[in-house]
Amino acid sequence: MKEKMASFVASFGLPRLIITGFLLALFILAPIVGVDLPMQITNVINRFSWNAILVLAMVPMVHSGCGLNFGLPLGIISGLLGATMSLEFGFTGPMSFIMAVVISTPFALVLGMGYGALLNRIKGGEMMIATYVGFSSVSFMCMMWLLLPYHKADMVWGLAGKGLRTTISLEGYYDKVLSNFLQINIGKVSIPVGALLLFALLAFAMWAFLHTKTGTAMTAVGSNATFAKAAGIKVDKIRMLSVVMSTWLAAIGILVYEQGFGFIQLYMAPFYMALPAVSAILIGGASVNKATIMNVILGTFLFQGIVTMTPTVMNSVIHTDMSEVIRVIASNGMILYALTRRSEVTR
Amino acid sequence: MSEKTPLLEMKNIRKDFFGNQVLTDINLTLQEGEVLGLVGENGAGKSTLMKILFGMDVIRDTGGYEGDILLNGQKVDFKTPFEALAAGIGMVHQEFSLIPGFTATENILLNREPKKKSVVSEIFGERLDVLNRKEMTAKSDAAIRKMGVQIDGNMVIHDMPVGHKQFTEIARELSKDQLKLLILDEPTAVLTEKEAEALLDSIRGMSAQGIAVIFITHRLQEILDVCDKVVIMRDGYVVEDVPSGETNITEITRKMVGRAVDTAAATDIRNNPDAPIAMSIRKLWVDMPGETVRNVSLDVREGEILGIGGLAGQGKLGIPNGIMGLYDAGGEVTLRGKKVPLNSPRECLNASMAFVSEDRRGVGLLLDETLEWNIAFPAMQIQNKFLKNYLGGLVKWRDEKAIHDVTQRYIDELAIKCTSSKQKAKELSGGNQQKVCLAKAFALEPGFLFVSEPTRGIDVGAKSLVLNALKKFNRESGVTIVMISSELEELRQTCDRIAIVSGGRVAGILPASESAEQFGLLMVSQVK
Repeated sequence: MKEKMASFVASFGLPRLIITGFLLALFILAPIVGVDLPMQITNVINRFSWNAILVLAMVPMVHSGCGLNFGLPLGIISGLLGATMSLEFGFTGPMSFIMAVVISTPFALVLGMGYGALLNRIKGGEMMIATYVGFSSVSFMCMMWLLLPYHKADMVWGLAGKGLRTTISLEGYYDKVLSNFLQINIGKVSIPVGALLLFALLAFAMWAFLHTKTGTAMTAVGSNATFAKAAGIKVDKIRMLSVVMSTWLAAIGILVYEQGFGFIQLYMAPFYMALPAVSAILIGGASVNKATIMNVILGTFLFQGIVTMTPTVMNSVIHTDMSEVIRVIASNGMILYALTRRSEVTR
Repeated sequence: MSEKTPLLEMKNIRKDFFGNQVLTDINLTLQEGEVLGLVGENGAGKSTLMKILFGMDVIRDTGGYEGDILLNGQKVDFKTPFEALAAGIGMVHQEFSLIPGFTATENILLNREPKKKSVVSEIFGERLDVLNRKEMTAKSDAAIRKMGVQIDGNMVIHDMPVGHKQFTEIARELSKDQLKLLILDEPTAVLTEKEAEALLDSIRGMSAQGIAVIFITHRLQEILDVCDKVVIMRDGYVVEDVPSGETNITEITRKMVGRAVDTAAATDIRNNPDAPIAMSIRKLWVDMPGETVRNVSLDVREGEILGIGGLAGQGKLGIPNGIMGLYDAGGEVTLRGKKVPLNSPRECLNASMAFVSEDRRGVGLLLDETLEWNIAFPAMQIQNKFLKNYLGGLVKWRDEKAIHDVTQRYIDELAIKCTSSKQKAKELSGGNQQKVCLAKAFALEPGFLFVSEPTRGIDVGAKSLVLNALKKFNRESGVTIVMISSELEELRQTCDRIAIVSGGRVAGILPASESAEQFGLLMVSQVK
């Protein structure tokens, strides 16, 4: 029994066990301090469904040895371009979501290829460069959101009649299209089945891809690029593919996030999207060179669970509204902790 | 032996790593000025024993050791390597611990430099003393002279050949005045034969000056040449402790592995001048750092094992690496009449060539992946083996069962020691890792195989298993093999013909039955 426990702790990882324990404690504490538990559970599940695809976007680049995709904002920008254009072209309802996916895809492919070409030239320093690719693309788009010729009345600044607003409401467009699709309500807990289904579909596709010949090659490139080269693999091509996949998933990920959240957030918003995703996958037990779908699911759940539950429970305990402060402390603390857990591959 | 108190005495040393007994009742004595040769297979416990003596952190972190260490009759228990250093024990490790950007002199005297006072240091204290360069040079020269070799003290480590780095490291230990016992952990592994000879001379010199030496090596002849006594370890026990005059290589080898190892030269050499040419190499050049190939022309006959030997740095390793496209190369290579495009690993592999690299950890293995992946990967990627096709070949799915089966087959065939085919490659010992590399190449079912340094860094027992596996593969499947090795003996045991490379060119090709002297002459010859 004792041995079984020890091997379980070793395989699951002590840090993850502690975080899981903490989250469980929060769930148990919640009703005691008077927090509406069903509502919080709904919250956690919802946040999971918004964020999971963004975390899934980390997987291909980790496998190909490009490290964690700190350049996630680039993919998010592709998604935002698709979203705003879909609205501008006059699509509404579920159709606007489908068109947003369709329009953002070519942007994701082109930007991803450029990004991939860049990363292929700076092997070894991917994560640092990726961070700055993300930062600079966000800043560049800050100008573009103002300059691009958008005219739709409910997207542009009211007085000027041009330039996109920082936050655009999706009401009447694709607000909650996935979340409400096949939604299940059990008592006060509601489950956004549509959004979870899309994630499951993409996660399955990723899992399947990693079991194919090309997927195997991708993992091998990440594990030892020289080995892969000696086995006749075109290393740069595989890395490029992984970057494009990651960028496209980020684009889809942000669209799913928006439909759940109900708003498109422009300008500096993408800036802050990479770190939570990176942290989630690290907390899920991934390393810089290894990541599984299980890491994605577990990590997203743990991260979003803590970030959602900590402020609410703490507020109820100390009876003052500090939710924003606590949320910032909890989420950044998690990020900091996750980054210290980064482990590299053996050479 | 004598009534004098021995310099070092180790009594009933025991050590276990988490219940895994690695040393059992080790007893050792060492007199002043005595040279002790410590031999044993990889994993026999040599390094652990030395770590205990040197007070390394690992030992304490894993629960310490049992038994006593006596130095000059006094019981000692070193908590850190610094205490061991202060007590007069020096250790030279396998890996270099030198600062590449510093000169030899600076490295030798690092943190022990003779100093001069200056105005500034009078005021602000001794940390601002100036280095006394003159005395430093004198001191380091003296240390280098003790070894009896020529090294320029002003040369930067970065620019030195490997041998000189090794000497610099030994000189650093020698420059310590209190040095009484020097531990050399495989110092000759990276040296050429000539450099190794010089090192052995310097060991004799040290011993004459009263410094005791513990000398760990895989090269048994060196032990007999230089040591006063030999201690043989196997599986954590001392199995033999004899004066070196009373034993010989065969005896030592037998004791080391606990079974008879075939060290005789090959008896089944085949020489068939009429066999068709399998591969012809013309005017090959390869730009591989440290192993430049300048102009090699060579014919490999169908079905033979051709050995390529030569001293380190002469270009023998460049030949397979260049042809297989891992380094820039030029010239003309034809395989069975078809031209092989250079600088493209894929084309070479498609032409049914395979390569077992000398750089096991860097090129040969996916250390973090399972044995299954390691063995099946190239065959899967190049020949679409171990795949299931779905949707008319659109989806190529990994066939885990086929992968498992082929891996299990090679584990059995090559006697790879592992817990299962799912074990990670990094967890295996060097010899077993090499077998995985071979299995990887065998799984490609190549028509032509390059094997580079197949026995580098593995012990005697594993060596003969690897070489036998190669020979069996050649004899039974009729695959032409080109084997590159620094060890002439192993080439002579395995190959049919041996080409010697010198200065990036082929100095000559002789049948393996030729005497060692003939090959030696070729190695040192200058080819224009």
